[in-house]
Amino acid sequence: MPHARLVSLALVLPLFAFVGVTFVAPLASLLSKSAYETRIHDVIPETMDVLAAWDGQDLPPEAAFAAIAKELPSARANRTLLRLSGAANRLQSGMRSLITRTAQRVPRTEFAGTWRETLAEIDEDWADVQTWIIIESAAAKFTLRHYLQALDLEAQPDGSIKARPQQERVYMPLLWRTLLVSLSVTLLCFLIGYPIAMLIADAPPRRRNLLLLLVLIPFWTSLLVRTTAWIVLLQRQGVINDFLVTLGFLRDDTRLEMIYNMTGTFVAMTHVLLPFMVLPLYSVMRSIPQNQLRASASLGATPIQGFVRVYFPQTLPGIGAGALLVFILAIGYYITPALVGGSSGQLIANMIAYHVQTSLNWGLAAALSSILLVAVIVLYLLFNRLVGIDRMRLG
Amino acid sequence: MRLRRLGQFGFNAYCALAFFFLVAPILVIIPLSFNAEPYFTFTQGMLRFDADAYSLRWYETLAEDGQWLNALVNSLIIGTAATALATLLGTLAALGLASPAMPGRALIMSILISPMITPVIIIAVGMFFFYSSIGLAQSHLGLILAHTALGAPFVVITVTATLAGFDPTLMRAAASLGAGPVRSFLRVQLPLISPGVFSGGLFAFAASFDEVVVVLFMGGIEQRTIPRQMWAGIREQISPTLLAVAVFLIVFSVLTLLLVEWLRRRSSSAALAKSIS
Amino acid sequence: MECGPAGLYYSTIYAYNRKYMGEQTPSSIEDFFDLDKFPGRRGMRRVPFANLEFALIADGVPIDEVYATLDTADGIDRAFAKLDTIKDDVVWWEAGAQPPQMLADGEVLMSTAYNGRIFNAQILEAQPFVIVWDGQLLSLGGPLAIVAGTPRIEAALAFVRFANRPQSLANISKYISYSPTRLSAETLVGTHLETGIDMHPHMPASAENMRRALKSDWRWWSEHRDELNERFSAWLAR
Repeated sequence: MPHARLVSLALVLPLFAFVGVTFVAPLASLLSKSAYETRIHDVIPETMDVLAAWDGQDLPPEAAFAAIAKELPSARANRTLLRLSGAANRLQSGMRSLITRTAQRVPRTEFAGTWRETLAEIDEDWADVQTWIIIESAAAKFTLRHYLQALDLEAQPDGSIKARPQQERVYMPLLWRTLLVSLSVTLLCFLIGYPIAMLIADAPPRRRNLLLLLVLIPFWTSLLVRTTAWIVLLQRQGVINDFLVTLGFLRDDTRLEMIYNMTGTFVAMTHVLLPFMVLPLYSVMRSIPQNQLRASASLGATPIQGFVRVYFPQTLPGIGAGALLVFILAIGYYITPALVGGSSGQLIANMIAYHVQTSLNWGLAAALSSILLVAVIVLYLLFNRLVGIDRMRLG
Repeated sequence: MRLRRLGQFGFNAYCALAFFFLVAPILVIIPLSFNAEPYFTFTQGMLRFDADAYSLRWYETLAEDGQWLNALVNSLIIGTAATALATLLGTLAALGLASPAMPGRALIMSILISPMITPVIIIAVGMFFFYSSIGLAQSHLGLILAHTALGAPFVVITVTATLAGFDPTLMRAAASLGAGPVRSFLRVQLPLISPGVFSGGLFAFAASFDEVVVVLFMGGIEQRTIPRQMWAGIREQISPTLLAVAVFLIVFSVLTLLLVEWLRRRSSSAALAKSIS
Repeated sequence: MECGPAGLYYSTIYAYNRKYMGEQTPSSIEDFFDLDKFPGRRGMRRVPFANLEFALIADGVPIDEVYATLDTADGIDRAFAKLDTIKDDVVWWEAGAQPPQMLADGEVLMSTAYNGRIFNAQILEAQPFVIVWDGQLLSLGGPLAIVAGTPRIEAALAFVRFANRPQSLANISKYISYSPTRLSAETLVGTHLETGIDMHPHMPASAENMRRALKSDWRWWSEHRDELNERFSAWLAR
């Protein structure tokens, strides 16, 4: 290998390895968690070994009853029982207390000849095949059930997969809402951003710098500061409502509800993401020579014709860059909807956070994140093809 | 002609409104942080410019509150360490990527820059799972590593852009005058690309200083940073103290912005000077 | 969890701000769901817990039959149907500090809240808030947990013992209006440390405030939380 090549590789390697360990590895662990999990399996490993050979039609063999009768109390003793009971309860309400109660009672219950009879004495649900199907499914190492749930699908008893009933769908509507909001915000940013990028690009140098500053200040200002600003402006007793009441447009009891709903999410997101549209547009527009428009005018084109036929096509790369940047950022947006979105303004990212922090359903959170990640990677490749990632500029 | 002027006027008015939308929300915060009352709206007194309607009480509350000071210290520790690491690794990588001998340039670049394009919620969740499993969640070190990964792409991008204007014959000239590669890098190349390195570092610092999602998932009570503290404040109780913090952050961001602009001009004038000589 | 020491009783009640309330004032949980009588936005916590109970009581289910009703699919449908009647006017909160804030700002006309948060706003910030105790949901709170595998298990257990002494439990009420969980601590409740006011009228477990109260069934919730959270999310998203 030539020397120069070795040197350049050696220079890149540290960051490459660093990003691999601190960034790519976490994403890989996220992907694996969405389908592969040993923590629950390891609570009842012997039971799972026996169940591996079980057909799922009739009750499992006595060995399974014996194994679980041994493993549940010991899991209770070393405090791992909750992993299993929590996961099983998510599949069917009532499993939590069945498992907890059984773990408590096995040592205190008189042995009835077979473990099957002993467990059935503690709770007759143990004589139900369904209980075992849930245990096996909850503790399986490899599972696609998180993906099914994330796509609002459910497996039928006969093994086929069907969409859940309309009123029970949670994630697909949210995913659609997220896409719709991201698209609308992107469009809004384009409608607001295109003219001002044009104005800045056409301005004489001194004024151009000043106008650019007006875009860069919000760009650099903390996201939380800008979100706070919108709360201050939009809330019921906020600046805008007060202003309208003072002017007599509104009465005290007809104040507008502009925050803690979709309006809040929309306004604040557009404000936060607008600079990401303006800056790439501006850098493309600056490279378009102004005398082109004059040339088209001298050839008899009206200003509108000149704009549509000459200027606009040349700004397409900027539109592509800005739109994809805004869209990708919007689709994973968390902070702003969480703070100003109320309940109707929540997006998919907020649901992911909920399952990580509150419901502790990490498998589902990982599956939802993976779906989002795939969507973003597709967009990223598209972006790279259309614009080229190394042409990206900051400010 | 009249139609055209009308069109021009409409266009300008539209743009003025758009600029107003961009900047006004940020400006509104500043006077409100001096409100003597615990409200987020202009009192009658404030509108009359009554001196009594304004006060520094929220800034005093801020100064007395140990939590904010603590958060500032955390932000500075994490931000500085992450910036130093990101600048070092990012600059080296950019130098390597600039070499024409570099194989698979586009692919490597995409991977190095990917933390900037990935939705931060996914990064935060993945890091939370992974760093917990290796015992780095809820530690300063974990956050420093995370913020380094998030900040390094900024350094790579800005330094790469600066290097594009760097004349490689200068290095050959240095070598022909007897300087070793390290020496010619330190004496010739680094001074010329330093504005790019520095502004990349500033970007990385700002990214860390404003980062809240990863901190929210990975940080414990010991790692409360300024944005994390603001998050808690907004969620739980928006007091005008929060507006006082916001004003500090606005001042900070304007200063960083001016610094970056100044560096950009310096680097382009350096490139200009070089192309003339 | 099988069992554990709870540090206090807290109550989920609803409250309103006298400043924004007209002549007529609400006095029952039914009033909270009555948009005709009291038009205006309502604050509720964004979880099914407490909201389902309130909905059923307001819909006429006798207090001692609430959990039996919730145990049936029809009962849950009934609770959601009642919530449907006010859904469009609800502002959902997540942190306990939000309801007093929303009431103070007039963001909502009434809000469910933790009684201690409203107490603090009434007493420390002199907010004209009124708590409606009718239909309150009394719950065990402040349980202590010990991290598994801690090397300082003895010290941790000593703290649990200390925290559960009658005097320790009663001391909480010097700071905030939460009731002790042991009968022996009941008589030790006195006055608020900072302001010196009598705490008895503010205690959630007092006989006066318990006249029409429901004790939350944490066992029932530990079984059904996952299922209902999901249903609640789906319901919210619609």
